Amino acid sequence: MTDIEGNERFESLVLPHLDAAYNFARWLTRDDHRARDIAQDSLVRALRFFAGFRGDNARPWLLSIVRNTYFSSLKATQREELRPDLDDEVMGSALEAAYKLDPSLTLERKWDRERLNRALESLPLEFREILILRELEDLSYKQIADVAEIPIGTVMSRLSRARRLLAERLAVDED
Amino acid sequence: MDCTQIRQQLDAYEDGELDAIRARELETHLLGCPDCLRAEERLTELRSAVRKHATYHSAPAELRETAMALVRPPTSRPWRGVTLRWWQLGGLLSASASAAALCALVALHLASPTIEQQMAAELVNDHIRSLVQDHLLDVASTDQHTVKPWFAGKLDYSPPVRDLADAGFPLVGGRLDYVDGRLVAALVYQRREHRINVFVWPASGGAARSEHVANVNGYNVVGWRAAGMDFWAVSDLNSAELEELRAGLDRN
Repeated sequence: MTDIEGNERFESLVLPHLDAAYNFARWLTRDDHRARDIAQDSLVRALRFFAGFRGDNARPWLLSIVRNTYFSSLKATQREELRPDLDDEVMGSALEAAYKLDPSLTLERKWDRERLNRALESLPLEFREILILRELEDLSYKQIADVAEIPIGTVMSRLSRARRLLAERLAVDED
Repeated sequence: MDCTQIRQQLDAYEDGELDAIRARELETHLLGCPDCLRAEERLTELRSAVRKHATYHSAPAELRETAMALVRPPTSRPWRGVTLRWWQLGGLLSASASAAALCALVALHLASPTIEQQMAAELVNDHIRSLVQDHLLDVASTDQHTVKPWFAGKLDYSPPVRDLADAGFPLVGGRLDYVDGRLVAALVYQRREHRINVFVWPASGGAARSEHVANVNGYNVVGWRAAGMDFWAVSDLNSAELEELRAGLDRN
């Protein structure tokens, strides 16, 4: 494959996912400028490693590059802070506790974009990223597992916990 | 399954990740358990709120430009490059050789299939750019009586605009685009998730072109001439359905 052919393939397979790359970076960083930098660096990396890309759906592939680029942009100390502090067992019991909490979400509730964005942004990174990948990027559990480099079982429990947390924060925010 | 197990599987159920047998079991439980049903409804509500109302941050224009510059350094545009060389060649020839020789050369090029291929490649690039750069529509309307007048005054011709919703190709809108250095009409149709760009301009030069079908990087291109216009349809839609669209447009 010549450079030009490679670039054309890149343009038709990868560039349509530019919005996804920026959106994901924006939710990870919560900052427009940093998100631009991360997205741009990710594209440069993606182009460099494009020859090794197999398959026809480049979105999860590009998103995992965005995620790696983001993490490598953090200082080691920041990275340490981001480690999930809950193992699956703790998560399991927290899960049940959350159900008992029964956040008072009612079906009549008016969803306010501003409030929802704030609540989402306030979630710890490992919960925030998984919700974005699932609900905004519509990735499957398998694809999320690949992007976030966690087992599928963890995707399931973490997503579940993320939703409980979001519901709680929305309920608290209401008061 | 008891309520605790059900609740633990609700998310996977909502996400369509539960196998059919367990999904059936869960649904049976929901029918007989108002508490779990309420939990399921809340989860549905939360999910649709996030999907509908959380901001999806589209890439800023600057980032798009950077991205395009990354994959398309100015020298890697084959169609433009070739055009330039023709002009240079033309200039040289007209200066040194007879006009007849030039005409023969141009005619030869017009008849050559590579011109159609290059056109197809340029149109596929235009198609991708319209999607990637978020500039698909200048006028968004499913009403042909809104789209057609919109082009008046912007082009020196009036493109035929027809909504083909009846044939399963609803009109989405139109925009102006540049093809081979001239301003042309691009009509946008939709089928399922696929966008289809139909580029239209007055037929010119050479004998009536026969139909052209090409596949460029996975995009299908169909070109044809009808009612004095050249039509080029480009999409990631399969070629059989693209033919359907062409038949619909030709039925006029």
